[in-house]
Amino acid sequence: MPEYQNIFTAVQVRSPAYPGVPLDTGHRDRVGKPGFSYWLGKIGDAQIGPLYLGVTGVFSLIFGFIAIEIIGLNMWASVDWDPIQFVRQLFWLALEPPPPQYGLSIPPLAEGGWWLMAGFFLTTSIILWWVRTYRRALALGTGTHLAWAFAAAIWLYLVLGLIRPVLMGSWSEAVPFGIFPHLDWTSAFSIRYGNLFYNPFHMLSIAFLYGSAVLFAMHGATILAVSRYGGDREIDQVVDRGTAAERAALFWRWTMGFNATMESIHRWAFWFAILTVITGGIGILLTGTVVDNWFLWGQKHGLVPVYPVEGVAAPNPATLPGGM
Amino acid sequence: MRRQRFPVPRRLWALVCGLAILLLTGCERPPVDPVQRGYRGVGQELVVNPRILAAQEAANVVPAPQPPAAPVPVKAISVYPDLKVLGGLTLTEFNRQMAAISEWVAPPEQGCAYCHNLENMASYEKYTKTVALSMLRLTQDTNSQWKDHVADTGVTCWTCHRGNPVPKYVWTSEPFDDQPSGMIPTGQNRASALVAYSSLPRDPLSAFLDRADNAISVVSQNALPTGEPGRKGIKHAEWTYGLMMHITDSLGVNCTYCHNSRAFYSWEPTRVKAWYAIRHVRKMNRDYIWPLNEVLPVSRKGPMGDPQRITCSTCHQGVYKPLFGVSMLKDYPGLAGPIPIPAAASTPAATPPAEVTPPQPPMPPGASHGPDGGDPPGRIEGPEPKLTEAGGTKAGML
Repeated sequence: MPEYQNIFTAVQVRSPAYPGVPLDTGHRDRVGKPGFSYWLGKIGDAQIGPLYLGVTGVFSLIFGFIAIEIIGLNMWASVDWDPIQFVRQLFWLALEPPPPQYGLSIPPLAEGGWWLMAGFFLTTSIILWWVRTYRRALALGTGTHLAWAFAAAIWLYLVLGLIRPVLMGSWSEAVPFGIFPHLDWTSAFSIRYGNLFYNPFHMLSIAFLYGSAVLFAMHGATILAVSRYGGDREIDQVVDRGTAAERAALFWRWTMGFNATMESIHRWAFWFAILTVITGGIGILLTGTVVDNWFLWGQKHGLVPVYPVEGVAAPNPATLPGGM
Repeated sequence: MRRQRFPVPRRLWALVCGLAILLLTGCERPPVDPVQRGYRGVGQELVVNPRILAAQEAANVVPAPQPPAAPVPVKAISVYPDLKVLGGLTLTEFNRQMAAISEWVAPPEQGCAYCHNLENMASYEKYTKTVALSMLRLTQDTNSQWKDHVADTGVTCWTCHRGNPVPKYVWTSEPFDDQPSGMIPTGQNRASALVAYSSLPRDPLSAFLDRADNAISVVSQNALPTGEPGRKGIKHAEWTYGLMMHITDSLGVNCTYCHNSRAFYSWEPTRVKAWYAIRHVRKMNRDYIWPLNEVLPVSRKGPMGDPQRITCSTCHQGVYKPLFGVSMLKDYPGLAGPIPIPAAASTPAATPPAEVTPPQPPMPPGASHGPDGGDPPGRIEGPEPKLTEAGGTKAGML
């Protein structure tokens, strides 16, 4: 019986490598000779391969490689091809979207053209990978839940880099490619649009994001805790509720009066996860296009109190007589 | 049933402790003492660490004032008829002020000779005297016209100079690195101390604190978009953000020293002060520093031939109020404002050769982003001037 009170997987099953279910005609076979990795077996299944890339997988990797190459070479070019500076400043370097004066037109390569191109290749790569997840799910005869969850994340990505910039009429509103630069962009975005924390869809996104983490921890902990009663046979226990499911349920009813079931907890997790990015995408989409200052919007709709100003009232000095 | 304690190898604990120590070395050691500075709930506060504060206080000690001047009925102008700025002081007060300036600014081994030809004190042959004259006017203008920034505390030469001929924190524009790749520099995304190691535009000083009155505010004043032209985009916000990072670093504060954390656009009293401060610094650079460029030697200029200029850290030096708000001005009446010179005496014998108040000196090549003396090197939408990155600048703290 597996011992679940350990950080790492305690049981590694070794059998002849499993090649996967047979595929319908018209599909290429999976490629590569499967092998086993003891250390990967510590955190997952020890079997590696065989793989199936297919047309979409191959092109996705090629397009993704081109995108990363464009981004990386532009970063390197921005430090004059100095390899030491490239490493030292890697976290600061970026490929920036075009400046505002270009609007939605195609700028010269050196002024954001490379950014557009990198965005095109990256987006194509991601969409191809999505097609791949969808088609692999069908080929396996499973549901397409994973593909739709991935699509939700792609929605947020597209809103940030394509849909919202197009609605705003300027590529300059999009996110730069870069580690610190995209973080600083995020802060500047929030400040420019009057504090994103007052955007209700941002609130929802945060609630779903943190909620996902909490649900994940609760579910993982519960199942590990009842695994000694066979709780790891979760799907069996959806309909054939054994003492593991009963104890898990009782624990949550004791502590918070309500419990999910072996089935519903997975729906909770799925929807919390994908709603994080769906609501987040809506929040970004509305920012600047429909709402220009979320704090003022919040005050207008009774979401934010009107804070009294202590001491001397401070008008905008630019409006004062004699103000420069 | 066998129950087992959670087995964690001892090596893992050692690793965790080691990592924690490594991570925490980047942090400031407590205690942290937040001082509330605005209405409750808006997060306006100044975070103070008593240990760091003590070190700063030790580094910001004000020198003892010069012994008081004996009251005499003689104006300095009647003895030194060529005086331009301080002639209206009594003779003793004038000499006292000169001694103070020598103590605050001149290298001790040179003293008066740092600015003066000791054979002919009226001579302007040393550029430092021309500079000193302009700096005296700057100080008087600051203390009389910019009380919205410096209040009645005022400034003296010491506020910036601290015993150095050139203040420790000054800046000049530098040319962007050559880019053999042909990439147009964006002016950002490099590790830069000037913007507190953010990836934000790293020369906000040339954009906002030099001679051009470029717009800084970016946040909309309306809940919904109004469709007005001249709306500021995110890239403009990043330029502003870079300037703000420099201000916080210069003053040793965080954003919420001036801003309501909920609504950065809201005008809080400290933010109003900062608004005046920015205009003040611009005016000092434009009206007092740039005109001196013609007399400054190369050693006092940046690589693009521009003068070493003023920014927030020049006076503040990491402290929210320079010298923690101790007023030296009260001991030096000559610096409080322009002093009228008695008309009878104001017939100077000689005209100084380099009277330096030309309205707009020519920009050094490449130091400007536009013909009108400097658009910000960022990109701005709407009616703002279009930005050209070629020949852009980056600022270097010297």
